[in-house]
Amino acid sequence: MKRVYAREEICGGCKLCEVHCAVAHSQYPNDIIKAFLKQKTKPIARILVEEGRPISFALQCRHCEDAPCTKACITGAMQKDPVTGIVANDETRCVGCWTCILVCPFGAIKRDESGHKVASKCDLCATVGGTPVCVQNCPNDALVFTDELWRR
Amino acid sequence: MTISMSTPDFLIERDRDRCIKCQVCVRQCANEAHFWDEEEQKVKANDALCVDCHRCVTYCPTHALTIRKYPLEFRENANWTASTIKAIYRQAETGGILLTGMGNDRPYPIFWDHLLLNASQVTNPSIDPLREPMELKTFLGRKPDQLKVEDGRLVEEIPPQLELEVPIMFSAMSYGSISLNAIKSLAAAAERVGIMYNTGEGGLHKDLYKYGKNTIVQVASGRFGVHPEYLQAGAAIEIKIGQGAKPGIGGHLPGEKVGLEVSQTRMIPEGTDAISPAPHHDIYSIEDLSQLIYSLKEATQYQKPVSVKIAAVHNIAAIASGIARAGADIIAIDGFRGGTGAAPLRTRDNVGIPIELALAAVDSRLREEGIRNQVSLVVGGSIRNSADVVKAIALGADAVYIATAALISLGCHLCQKCNTGKCNWGIATQNPQLVKRLNPEIGAERAANLIMAWEHEIKELLGGMGINAVESLRGNRLMLRGVGLSDRELNILGVLPAGE
Ligand code: SF4
Ligand code: SF4
Ligand code: SF4
Ligand code: SF4
Repeated sequence: MKRVYAREEICGGCKLCEVHCAVAHSQYPNDIIKAFLKQKTKPIARILVEEGRPISFALQCRHCEDAPCTKACITGAMQKDPVTGIVANDETRCVGCWTCILVCPFGAIKRDESGHKVASKCDLCATVGGTPVCVQNCPNDALVFTDELWRR
Repeated sequence: MTISMSTPDFLIERDRDRCIKCQVCVRQCANEAHFWDEEEQKVKANDALCVDCHRCVTYCPTHALTIRKYPLEFRENANWTASTIKAIYRQAETGGILLTGMGNDRPYPIFWDHLLLNASQVTNPSIDPLREPMELKTFLGRKPDQLKVEDGRLVEEIPPQLELEVPIMFSAMSYGSISLNAIKSLAAAAERVGIMYNTGEGGLHKDLYKYGKNTIVQVASGRFGVHPEYLQAGAAIEIKIGQGAKPGIGGHLPGEKVGLEVSQTRMIPEGTDAISPAPHHDIYSIEDLSQLIYSLKEATQYQKPVSVKIAAVHNIAAIASGIARAGADIIAIDGFRGGTGAAPLRTRDNVGIPIELALAAVDSRLREEGIRNQVSLVVGGSIRNSADVVKAIALGADAVYIATAALISLGCHLCQKCNTGKCNWGIATQNPQLVKRLNPEIGAERAANLIMAWEHEIKELLGGMGINAVESLRGNRLMLRGVGLSDRELNILGVLPAGE
């Protein structure tokens, strides 16, 4: 399956990927200013830039083959789509117990306590379709969306 | 001195209706002009630290930022301008030489803008470069006085030549003054479009040997990174005597920029200042220069053309004639607007002469002496666009060198702070955090695009003149007319005034 790979050697740590991810998953996916200034709660990015200067890279759910979060989920909200391979959280079923957060080996799941308490994670922009917004908006091509295992 | 009299140069304006407090600007400004106020939960700015490089403006996702000239005015005075007064405050505080980066920014006349090109009308047809072949290929190097042909074959070998698809090259910028990613961008672009880039005096990093056939390796007064493999690695060798931005002075790369890789490439200890002496201490005359030229030719079995780079100074025509006679295959002349990674401000702004006049004077002199064929002329020092290239060739250049334009294509915003090592665009810096901001793949594409765009424009301009090969334009000053120039200037340029 296609995944997002980070190129740590050219990631400048600007966090524009986080900004655009947050907007795409907000109530105003087409208006960055409204997403941040009008929405009652701060929009949450599902991608996270890890930093230890000069190293930085953007990390999001790896959509693992054998995803531990799907096994740990107590309600069956976290599922891996057998066709697309995308690991997604059904927020209507998620009860916010954070078990998935405990087992994710990459720390790619965040708490979203802005409304109904749920786990928030990368959905590869499946709802938007096409190339994930983080990849589209990285100014330095430091994110690659490919089905080949990315090697430098 | 508790109070500094220096006031900010720029004002940072943030539209609060647009700012989403993402702090991208805070992370992008290496000068730390933006900061996050945790208590007030606001992004704020310290105007005094801003150098107007537009990094934050370009990266701000909501276009909330504008940088303006700081509105504070001194009492109007045509003689004592704000920059003159501020320079004195700075020197009164530091007691030091004023340093700067990039080229001369003073309002001296730009002769390119006083030269106009010809076009064909009625009496001779213009050419459409999209329909008919148009030749820009250029060979740099010594051309024989005559060609001897027997049985349809050349009898004598042609001296070594540099082959260019377009008469443009990236001029010398050393590893140290610019980042490895910037050099990789230029090297890969040069390979893609069939031109040359130049190592400057910084040696050749191990990752760059693969671009050898598109490389001119430089030998400067510090001899940094010069060894037999280095000389063999490139397509040509250039002896650097001088640089347009700072004629008469050597280079100085501060120890902070000499990290492990720079130190290995330059063959100097880590953390030591890399100081190139003002003159080559083995060259005090044309005869000495000739010795170095032939030593380098000897070291490379006469397989590579040797170029000599000089700054455009008062007696340039006679100097160039001497260099041609000393055995150089190419003379590169750098005008007084040429850029630099660091130069004393007063030198940059007051020493040297315009490249247009220097080029015309040298080309005329070499022709008069009948030795024009012995050398190719390459000129640099603020070639800003394809029209400047065409005008330079019509004035007598074989090719041009571009550096500032090349860096602008990579993202440089001409903030003139290259000497600080804090280049926000990842170009004039060795800070790993900043260097990685320049993705060499993107850089190569942008720089190659620039050359391809200029190539198309040069072909358009040539076609308009009814010329189908750049060779026919070379030194063809009848294709130029001057406007707003004195008789004396027209005379030196060897062009007629418009209307004649
Ligand atoms: S947008 Fe790109 S360069 Fe910026 S932090 Fe994200 S991955 Fe890194
Ligand atoms: S980058 Fe723009 S939107 Fe983000 S904090 Fe700075 S000014 Fe505000
Ligand atoms: S120095 Fe550059 S990045 Fe910093 S505030 Fe000024 S324009 Fe923005
Ligand atoms: S290279 Fe960098 S520091 Fe130098 S003028 Fe350009 S943007 Fe400024």
